Amino acid sequence: MEKLTFDMKLDAKGLACPMPIVRTKKVMKELKAGQVLEVEATDPGSTADMKAWAEGIGHQYLGTLQEQGVLKHYLRKASEEESAERSFAAVCDHSELEQRLKSGEPMVIVDVREPAEFAFGHIPGAVSMPLGELEIRLSELDPQQPTYVICRSGLRSDLAAQALSNAGFQQVINVVPGMKDWNGVTEDIKA
Amino acid sequence: MSIRAISVHEVAQKLIRKEPMFILDVRNTDQFQDWKIEGAGIQHLNVPYFDLLDGVEEILEQLPPEEIVVVCAKEGSSIMVAELLSEQGRRAAYMEGGMKAWSEHLVPLKVGDLRHGGELYQFVRLGKGCLSYMAVSGGEAVVVDATRMIHVYTDFARNLNVNITHVVDTHLHADHISGGRAIAQETGAEYWLPAEDAQDVAFAYEKLGHGTEIKLGSGEVSIKALYSPGHTIGSTSLVIDDQYLFSGDILFIDSIGRPDLAGEAGSWAMDLRETLYKRYRDLAEQLIVLPSHFMIMDELNEDGTVAKKLGELFLENHGLNLEKEAFVTMVSQNLPPQPNAYQDIRNTNMGKMSPDHEAQREMEIGPNRCAVR
Repeated sequence: MEKLTFDMKLDAKGLACPMPIVRTKKVMKELKAGQVLEVEATDPGSTADMKAWAEGIGHQYLGTLQEQGVLKHYLRKASEEESAERSFAAVCDHSELEQRLKSGEPMVIVDVREPAEFAFGHIPGAVSMPLGELEIRLSELDPQQPTYVICRSGLRSDLAAQALSNAGFQQVINVVPGMKDWNGVTEDIKA
Repeated sequence: MSIRAISVHEVAQKLIRKEPMFILDVRNTDQFQDWKIEGAGIQHLNVPYFDLLDGVEEILEQLPPEEIVVVCAKEGSSIMVAELLSEQGRRAAYMEGGMKAWSEHLVPLKVGDLRHGGELYQFVRLGKGCLSYMAVSGGEAVVVDATRMIHVYTDFARNLNVNITHVVDTHLHADHISGGRAIAQETGAEYWLPAEDAQDVAFAYEKLGHGTEIKLGSGEVSIKALYSPGHTIGSTSLVIDDQYLFSGDILFIDSIGRPDLAGEAGSWAMDLRETLYKRYRDLAEQLIVLPSHFMIMDELNEDGTVAKKLGELFLENHGLNLEKEAFVTMVSQNLPPQPNAYQDIRNTNMGKMSPDHEAQREMEIGPNRCAVR
């Protein structure tokens, strides 16, 4: 299995409810907005509780992997992105993107979310390039090809679209809204 | 103020006596909505423990001044929340072992005496709505549809000074793990299972079929098998001492069995119809029906038992009073969700899987969901 990257890790193995959430809550305070936490736990009830707790408080619950009896939960700390404003002009919605995908014309989808977010559900064929790595990995992309940029809500992709455009990419489109509202086909790490 | 532990036994007794009880259930909302402690005297509030980590001040005004019983999945979170309530000057208890212990708790109740000598007991598993039985006569006992808490039965038999000589499963269960085989192994009793349900089982058993007769003690009390398919293809009812009808998962007090848990809703619907509307119609109306499940607390009698005359069920049970078309629609469409882990439970009961104790507890979480209404 491919390794998921994260910003901080918490070992809650062997702890019974409520301790996995108590510890997670504490560690979350140390994370910066948008960072990803990996929580290792062995309490089978922790999956449902982690999800319900995170969603109630506004953090993103990304998903859970199971490896040799250990549950690995991935959470992303709530960020301010919901309240920020988009400024990149060229946007398209999901139905437009799906039509473009179907047409078979050459194009690339760049998913600028964190690797753990990407791992638990992305559009098939999308390239994972977290916003923070975009600048140093620009050479992996073809500036002549139509480039669709997507994130969770449309805001990180807005920043990414501006950066790509400034770097001379010819046709950059921000997909709005992002993956949180995507109802089309996805691939994930478990598949 | 210190908190106290309340046992599942005490909760069960209060429930059967319909005493008032305020339960603060601190599991997450999905789990609470799926399955909870229910009863006439019970009031609930559900607030997940993870919303109370910073304190319980915000929910205090929703709580009565009486003792609050805090319940969670295993116990840990309920202790934490009960302590927080206690710090605020409230009387609080936590239920020992949580919902897992609740799911495993059995209440033994005497149903009645057998005409030809002996007694009949019902074991009510309040948490899951499962019913199992022990009939005793002449120093011998038969156990029917046993749960995996086998020591409840073996201890009970020891206290009555009787030997368990026969263990019967009326069908291959999909909602709970059978203790039948384990009891038979421990006591040397014969283990009976309908052959049609046992085609893939990985162990030896006695074939229970139409007309099979099992005798207890000196032989005055007999148990006769009646083939009654529909919930499963092998479902078999038992008539004991011409007085009681063990209906398995075919007929309940306020509902009837569902035919889909082995993936055969369509073809078994007519079997179920035939059993309920023909085979059961040929039986004496005076027989007291003893099902293997209940779904709602209203199905319990005043003394906590679940039992009713067949004749009364013919009059009152909605599922026994439908035209053919409406019947088929009811048992094959709009079915409730299937019980938790039902495929794994079936495989365990067939001897194809041997999950450890903790895994068995997890598999059985939630209600039985064997009925359609």
